[in-house]
Amino acid sequence: MKARVFITLKPGVLDPQGEAVRHSLGTLGFDGIKGVRQGKVIELELAETDAATATTRVRAMCEQLLANTVIEDYALEIAE
Amino acid sequence: MKAGVIVFPGSNCDRDLAVALERASGHRPAMIWHKEVSLPRGLDLIGIPGGFSFGDYLRCGAIAARSPICRAVVEFARQGGHIFGVCNGFQILTETGLLPGTLMRNANLKYICKDIDLTVETSNSAFTSAYRRGQNIRIPIAHHDGNYLADDALVADLQSQDRIAFTYRENPNGSVAGIAGVLSENRRVLGMMPHPERLNDPALGGADGAMLFRSLVENLVAA
Repeated sequence: MKARVFITLKPGVLDPQGEAVRHSLGTLGFDGIKGVRQGKVIELELAETDAATATTRVRAMCEQLLANTVIEDYALEIAE
Repeated sequence: MKAGVIVFPGSNCDRDLAVALERASGHRPAMIWHKEVSLPRGLDLIGIPGGFSFGDYLRCGAIAARSPICRAVVEFARQGGHIFGVCNGFQILTETGLLPGTLMRNANLKYICKDIDLTVETSNSAFTSAYRRGQNIRIPIAHHDGNYLADDALVADLQSQDRIAFTYRENPNGSVAGIAGVLSENRRVLGMMPHPERLNDPALGGADGAMLFRSLVENLVAA
């Protein structure tokens, strides 16, 4: 099965890259953008077939490596 | 003083750090590859060098911090060992949890490489005892991700426990409270973004970095 991990900066953590993207969009004429936050998506192919077990394992992966929980939040999606 | 320097794929300041340690101590450091699972016996200090370990993939220092040798490094710290991380080494130490906070992309999004003035904030550590508190020193920085981030509570703790080792006189990268280097709670782990090993010889334009290595030798030989 497949897992998708969405990693985003915690609220309140300044995101200079997102701010640069917002500024650049403004330069292109896209106005009205109140904020941009940049994150990342990590896709995993798992041998596991049980969704609950997969969720537990991917959560552990996030805690131990995929996210820096000092500054980042993560969300999961598990699909067949 | 017996030192070891950890080498990761992408480390590029490992030899400079080894030269600085050897000049100060008279002993050539052991160079330790990241796949090793244990450290040589009897080390007084572990140096974690600058560079771009594992290409800065995922986050700066994230992959290196989970490499086999880093388990041994964390254990060395638990037993009270001294560890010195420079630049990418500082990032690796925050990723292992041995130092608090994290290093984010520079506020101006630019890679910055220049000599910069620092204030020595504490002389109360094995790394900084040869400096005077409040001393102005000049040391190079060379980083893209040196913007030290800590929440207000952590900054207050670092200040009240005298754990901020160095601050920038003019903040180049957006670091909270201008922090350039921090100490662990037991004061035996130091991480800093500037590179003292790069201004370690007057022939190279300055030697303000040499006093850090001299401090280490004075403190760790006696220990």
